[in-house]
Amino acid sequence: MIEIKNLKAKIDGKEILQGINLQVNAGEVHAIMGPNGSGKSTLANVIAGHEKYEATSGTVTFNEKDLLSMATEDRAREGLFLGFQYPVEIPGVSNAIFLQTAINEIRKYNNLPELTPKDFLDKMKEKAKIVGMDSSLISRSVNTGFSGGEKKKNEIFQLLMLEPKLAILDETDSGLDIDALRVVSNGVNEFKNKNNAVILVTHYQRLLDYIVPDFIHVLYNGKIIKSGGKELALELEEKGYDWITKGEA
Amino acid sequence: MSVEVKKIDAIEHYTLSAEKVIANNKNKFISQLQSESKSKLSSVKFPTLKTEEWKYTNLKSLLGSEFIHSAELEEFKITSEDVEKVKSINFENYLLVFVNGVLKKELSDFQELQNKILISTIPESIANNKTIVEKHLSKIAVNKTAFDYLNLSNFVDGLFIQIPDNVVLEKPIQILNITGSMGKPTFVPTRNLFVVGKNSEATIVQKYVGKGEKYFNNISSEVFIDTNGTLNIYKIELENENSYHVDKTDVLQSRDSNFNHFNFSFGGKLVRNDINTELADENIECTLNGLYIANGKQHIDNSTFINHAKPHCTSNELYKGILDDKSRGVFSGKILVERDAQLTNAYQNNNTILLSDDATVDTKPQLEIYADDVKCTHGATVGQLDESAMFYILSRGIPRDKARAMLITAFAESVVTGVKIEALRNELNSLINENLNRD
Repeated sequence: MIEIKNLKAKIDGKEILQGINLQVNAGEVHAIMGPNGSGKSTLANVIAGHEKYEATSGTVTFNEKDLLSMATEDRAREGLFLGFQYPVEIPGVSNAIFLQTAINEIRKYNNLPELTPKDFLDKMKEKAKIVGMDSSLISRSVNTGFSGGEKKKNEIFQLLMLEPKLAILDETDSGLDIDALRVVSNGVNEFKNKNNAVILVTHYQRLLDYIVPDFIHVLYNGKIIKSGGKELALELEEKGYDWITKGEA
Repeated sequence: MSVEVKKIDAIEHYTLSAEKVIANNKNKFISQLQSESKSKLSSVKFPTLKTEEWKYTNLKSLLGSEFIHSAELEEFKITSEDVEKVKSINFENYLLVFVNGVLKKELSDFQELQNKILISTIPESIANNKTIVEKHLSKIAVNKTAFDYLNLSNFVDGLFIQIPDNVVLEKPIQILNITGSMGKPTFVPTRNLFVVGKNSEATIVQKYVGKGEKYFNNISSEVFIDTNGTLNIYKIELENENSYHVDKTDVLQSRDSNFNHFNFSFGGKLVRNDINTELADENIECTLNGLYIANGKQHIDNSTFINHAKPHCTSNELYKGILDDKSRGVFSGKILVERDAQLTNAYQNNNTILLSDDATVDTKPQLEIYADDVKCTHGATVGQLDESAMFYILSRGIPRDKARAMLITAFAESVVTGVKIEALRNELNSLINENLNRD
């Protein structure tokens, strides 16, 4: 699905990623963990195409295509989705219009006909139910006046609506109470199937109780310094990061 | 070879046109007033860049052009099909159509309204309503400049609207001002006097639409709101790209009254809007909101003045600008809180987005406070479109031009949302998009 080779990237002239290697195949869930400032969000943003981040070397291949040379919107149209750590408010633009525009742009790019308004509405109702969003929230402006939890649920709602091939969820679990965490995790589990893939970027092992990863990677100082199966999360929970990071600085 | 350029002395030019207007005016009271105004005009000068209140707006091209008074020119023809195309639709309203400052009854639709309120030209109003017209006409205007004298000495029909006491108009009044010229640059003096009675309420949609070639639309509106009255004005300015729009609105508010003014500027080569409100008694509320979009070499100047004269009044002001290409925006907001005006709340904000490196804005908030127990805030921001918001929208597969339109909508939202007519909000949102994607 995606293959990252020796990726280096900087922001404001400062090198954050120091050579990332990562391969994610269809049907897999990967978790990327690591302390604050290790480069987790940078990795997510570079892949999604934030202009502030500059990839200085390495390659990212997404479905056999060179991702780094693609415009941000084309990456999304190719099937990439980023769940934002801090979703942006867009007053005056309703969730429905926003998503309808997004879905139809993606469909157009992939030579598919636009969704009819009815099909779109039906889909919206079905997906909203999964994340427990009521219709008033859908007709409201994108994220405007939403609580932190509502914003994160809305990210998962968008994920379910857009049905990308690869979802990168950047700290979608941060700041959520246990009920919201369950809803969000349930949404991700609904999304997941053998043809798509998920990368979870998180601080907390707690999320992995609900979404079970196939692989866990520890990111530190812009490099993946350890990879393992789901049991690695438990080890991290118990011992922290020090036992791995020692000698890495 | 040399080209001879005719130099225009604007004062002399407009004094002459006033003379013709006055000579044709049969109404004694008005012609008296106009004669006085004409003498004043001949004794003053138009503002220049050295005039503090006009220092960002160069009037040279306006005052250097020879605009002929529309009354001296052949009538500019507008059909009902033209009106259909430009009037605001999809909400119930009474319609008054003015073409070059003159009321066209055959294009209007306000029969029903005449049983409820008084509508007439200003000269006609003298016959029925002398006291009230005498009391207010040219008496509400403050901080007069040559433009005030220009308008008063040159206007022909004008519009007088009086809402009697205890009348609440459910439907808005749409005043469609179509200004146009053929062949010769045209000068159109437009004049309004609105009087809202005690406990009365009305909404006016003032729409200015340009047709034909180059013209100069000079507007003067005086507004009096009596005790506990409410007036909402939604002004939408869509003059054509060669034209000048100089509008002054003066408002006098009585106790417990409420005035909400929304000022949307899209068109025109040079636009200057002056709004002065006097909060002359206690417990008055006043909202002055505006949104301006400029591109090309457009120049849009908004100047507001709120005078808090008495205690317990609140004023809210929010002006937002979106400037592209080589356009220029000006916002100047003065708030005066007099010594008497304790417990005043005055809030002012001006936010501008510059979409191009060549666009500029000058913003000048001005607070003069002589009372000691007041809450006054003001702020001004100038910036570009929010990058992280742009990234968010792009990352959903939405192309850049649509993402940009969404962010502009989001920026304009806080002004547009205050408009209480849904159909008008929708029209405004499409106007915003159209005017941003204009070449």
